[in-house]
Amino acid sequence: MAVKSGGKKPAYKPVSMSAKEYKAFAKSREPARAVPGNCLKAFLVGGTICLIGQGIQQFYMTVFDMPTRQAASPTVATLVFISVVLTALGVYDKIAQWAGAGSAVPVTGFANSMSSAAIEHRSEGLVLGVGAKMFKLAGSVVVFGVVAAFFVGIIHWLLDLTLGGR
Amino acid sequence: MLTGKRTWMYPKPPVIIATGTVVGPDEGKGPLANDFDLIHSDYEIGQSTWEKSERVLLEQAAEIALQHAQISQQQLNFFVGGDLMNQIISSTFAARKMAVPYLGVFAACSTSMESLALASLIVASGGAKYAMAGTSSHNCTAEKQFRYPTEYGSQKPPTAQYTITGAGTAIVAQKGEGPVITAATIGKIMDLGIKDPFNMGAAMAPAAVDTIQGHLEDTGREPGYYDMIVTGDLANVGHPIATEMLQRNGVPIESTQFMDAGLMIYDREKQAVQAGGSGCACSAVVTYGHLLKRIKAGELKRILVVATGALLSPLSYQQGESIPCIANAVAIEAQDNNGRKGAL
Repeated sequence: MAVKSGGKKPAYKPVSMSAKEYKAFAKSREPARAVPGNCLKAFLVGGTICLIGQGIQQFYMTVFDMPTRQAASPTVATLVFISVVLTALGVYDKIAQWAGAGSAVPVTGFANSMSSAAIEHRSEGLVLGVGAKMFKLAGSVVVFGVVAAFFVGIIHWLLDLTLGGR
Repeated sequence: MLTGKRTWMYPKPPVIIATGTVVGPDEGKGPLANDFDLIHSDYEIGQSTWEKSERVLLEQAAEIALQHAQISQQQLNFFVGGDLMNQIISSTFAARKMAVPYLGVFAACSTSMESLALASLIVASGGAKYAMAGTSSHNCTAEKQFRYPTEYGSQKPPTAQYTITGAGTAIVAQKGEGPVITAATIGKIMDLGIKDPFNMGAAMAPAAVDTIQGHLEDTGREPGYYDMIVTGDLANVGHPIATEMLQRNGVPIESTQFMDAGLMIYDREKQAVQAGGSGCACSAVVTYGHLLKRIKAGELKRILVVATGALLSPLSYQQGESIPCIANAVAIEAQDNNGRKGAL
């Protein structure tokens, strides 16, 4: 029969690195993350989104004669709407790969996290899909946002008490 | 048949008489586009869910392979298949349509070679006349299950890999025209503590190294016996790590072409795939489409395909577990002209 094990057995060193050694070994061979470049891109894109927001607010203030505070709500709604449209068109994730935190941190990122989950899980139905999974990513933002606000509120109240308020 | 510790060598090597490969739009823009049987221009493929789309890919790849083999569904004794979806639904649902006796298997992205190894074992042992091995993956189903919603804007790190959209099947027979399977080596689970699901290449590299060394030791072959040793989806981070580990362990890997399917399927300069391709279908379509064509054309005589799999689940990495990995290897050789199978 043609098949047999070869005559001389090659002897190789077995894979014997410990997890700790291997992690260091693999880490040193990872491509470096472009942190300064990513920061700059995030700054530029995040800043641009805020600038657009400012423009929209100005629009509501001048055209509809709204005071600054009142113009804030339709401004956010408009940004959210734009973000949802870009998500639905499949563009927002492409922008995000370039922009990183720049498109994730503003309110548009929050809208993207909700709308993308809603679109993705539409196939599981309106109740268990869209309804239940829409907050899959945004849920933690809401939870920790509320918790953080609570503690900031307490700190604010304590400062008021000790410093006598203004 | 059992040679060494974990290798099967076949006295009468089974023949890969036909293959079917179907891919999505990104793979259709890659450098291997001409080697695939069917290229879809969109991800939906006329289906209402991503999961259905992935299933259709596998169904089509199976149909194409049967056509190429010129055998009917009834002649096929077994379908050995698996995929990345929970409860391997893509394979199971495709098997429902095929109505062929079915063995479901899972080894993450190394399912391609696990299923081929098992199909060849079944055929070589006389358990089947014809057995089909097949697997699929879809970028959007994988994103949805393992990462984030497909349209969610998250920035991928450079170590991340891009799950390929596609399916590959191979029909293994006792005799016929085509490349033959001379050996298969089954991997051990290797886990060297990598926890980052965005760095699966580094997690899987030790598994590939272990299986390659195991294969060479069991068979007594040198790396130079093969014209090419191809890993499944180690990509740009894992493949250099595997190369370095092999060299450190004294394996003369430079005596062969040591390649990676995840680096072959895309043009990383032009396509935004970070470190390269991954997914069950990555090694399947590269092997069944590209590499077997090169064997048939006489450009390659002997290859060893070492498909690599990261056996994590979304639950396991959220619970902070490291990523267990496996690699399964299959040796494929050209049938020589005398009708004698295997170039041993």
